[in-house]
Order: sequence, then C-alpha cells, then structure tokens
Amino acid sequence: MTEQVVTSTHYTSDASGLRSIAADFSSDRQAFRNVSWGKAMMWIFLLSDTFVFSCFLISYMTARMSTTVPWPNASEVFALTIGGTTLPLILIAIMTFVLISSSGTMAMAVNFAYRRDRRKTAVLMLVTALLGAAFVGMQAFEWSKLIHEGVRPWSNPWGAAQFGSSFFMITGFHGTHVSFGVLFLLIVARKVWRGDYDHEKRGFFTSRRGNYEAVEIMGLYWHFVDLVWVFIFAFFYLW
Amino acid sequence: MAQAAAHAQGQQHPITLYLVVWIWLFILSACSYFVDYFQLQGLLRYSLILLFMMLKAGLIIAVFMHMAWERLSLVYAILVPISAVLVFVAIMVLESDHTLFSRLSFFGPGT
Repeated sequence: MTEQVVTSTHYTSDASGLRSIAADFSSDRQAFRNVSWGKAMMWIFLLSDTFVFSCFLISYMTARMSTTVPWPNASEVFALTIGGTTLPLILIAIMTFVLISSSGTMAMAVNFAYRRDRRKTAVLMLVTALLGAAFVGMQAFEWSKLIHEGVRPWSNPWGAAQFGSSFFMITGFHGTHVSFGVLFLLIVARKVWRGDYDHEKRGFFTSRRGNYEAVEIMGLYWHFVDLVWVFIFAFFYLW
Repeated sequence: MAQAAAHAQGQQHPITLYLVVWIWLFILSACSYFVDYFQLQGLLRYSLILLFMMLKAGLIIAVFMHMAWERLSLVYAILVPISAVLVFVAIMVLESDHTLFSRLSFFGPGT
C-alpha cells in the first residue's frame, strides 16, 4: 500500500491528459492505477460485448440498406390498442421506461453500497431485479404477439424477410443479457443482505475477499444492458 | 487528486446527481418516443433520434457507470477501440449500397 502511494505520486503528480495515459501504460506495472482487477475486467468484458452487439446492429443495417423490398414500419408493427385508442410503439416505450428506472435504482444501490448501508443496497438491488424481470416479461409478451401475427425469422406479413431474423436475434440476445443480469443481481443482493461484504467473506468462485465494490461492478453490467437498449430502441424501433 | 479521493472510499457522489440524471433520462426517452408519436419524417427524424440516443448514452456512461471519474488511461482503453465499430459501419454502408445497386440492376423487376 505504501509502495503504491510512493510510486504513483512519482509518476502522476505532474502528469495530466495524454501524458498521464502514456505514463500509466509505460509504467512497467499495472496500467490502470487505482482500478481494481474486478472493475478493469468487467470493463474489458463490456467492451467485447459492445462489439458483439455492434455486429448485430451492423448486420441489421446491412440487411435493411440492401433489400429491395420495403422494410416493415416498426411504428405500426409494435402498436398496441389500449382502451380503443391505438398507440404507436407504446409497449416499447414502457419497456424503455422500465429499464431506465431499473438503471436508476441500480445507481442508487451502488451509492448506498459505498455508504455501507446493507439493507438499502439489498432492497434497491431487488427492486432493480424486479424491474428487469418485468422487462423480460414484456419482451416475452411482444415475442408471442409477433409470432402469433406470423413473424418468422424467414418471413413476415409486412415486407422484407430479414425483419424477423434481425428482430429475434437482436432482442433475443439483449433479453438473454437482461435475464442473466437478473440472476447476477439476485446473487449479489443475497451476499449484500447476508453481510458478506461487511465481513469480507471469501467468494465461492475466486476465494478472494469480497467488498462492496462488487455492487459497483454488478452495476456496470446492468447499466451496460440499459445502454445497449438505448441503441436498439433508436436503430431498430425508431429508425 | 479528485480521482484519488474518489477511489479512497469507492465512488461516492451526492444522490441528487443521480436523481437529476435519472430525470433527464426519462425526459430524453419521452422525447425520442414523441419523435415517433408525432411521425416526424426525413432528416429531422434521424437527427433527433441520433441526438437523443447520444445524450442518453453519454449520461449513462459518464454518470451511472462513473466513467467521468475514472482514470484517463482506462477511459481511453475502453472508448478508443469503439471507433473501430464506426469504421466497420462505413465499410458496410459501402457494401450494402453496392449490393442494392447489383440487385436493382441485375435482379430488379423489368430487367
């Protein structure tokens, strides 16, 4: 600990901007100073996941730009009739708000975790998991509605055949991420509730001492899932 | 210095900051929904969709994911590789234009 403080002041006290980046990467020790291995690894995983989702969205773009058949109008395809009035995209809008709410409660959970407020952190994480589960439920409803209307990965009643394959691939992969996020949330929430991070109990997988940073790392994953939805919402549903 | 202080006890920021960002995310989502609700078309539609998308993504990354307070070397290590995606997009735009051209000239109706 003392050693780290000494060396980091040596390298970073006078460096800023690009110079600090050069100093960090050429330091012959860990590049991401003050960043724990868990957080750095989560960020690198999220970067790789960004590429996966980018590939899906780019293949969707390519299919949509190169087809000679008109693309189905998402505004009408995803419209719902509630109480006699047809609202365009309403289910997707509700799903967006649910996911953003869950991101907000997650951010709060991270905040209370660093204040070492065990109870509030666990409750907020459970609320986040509940909102995530609600999102997946609405997505299941949307899938069954579209399948019922005749959308298949190879055809659909309204236009370009690639609409179905893009839809199932992109939203399916995102929904899987949300589902695993809910599981991940429940596991971490249980640990918080039991006080594992207060007693620095060793984890079952890495056998390293746990601390409240686990909640922030969990939060990174959850916010990323929300972030991906922002792009799916813009490019697949609104475009 | 601020970074070191933030890491001493983890990322601690006032709750009001999160609430404000949360409200902004709601407003921006509502705005992008209304782009579709009012059936805006053409360049206005696409630029508004992209604008609201970028603002939302920026708020989530910077505040909720704490990127604004992370070490610059980590920020660059994560954000710079993403520019490769933009190159890929450019390549595939050219590719799909070419595919569309071929389909219209060789497989289109009336040829």
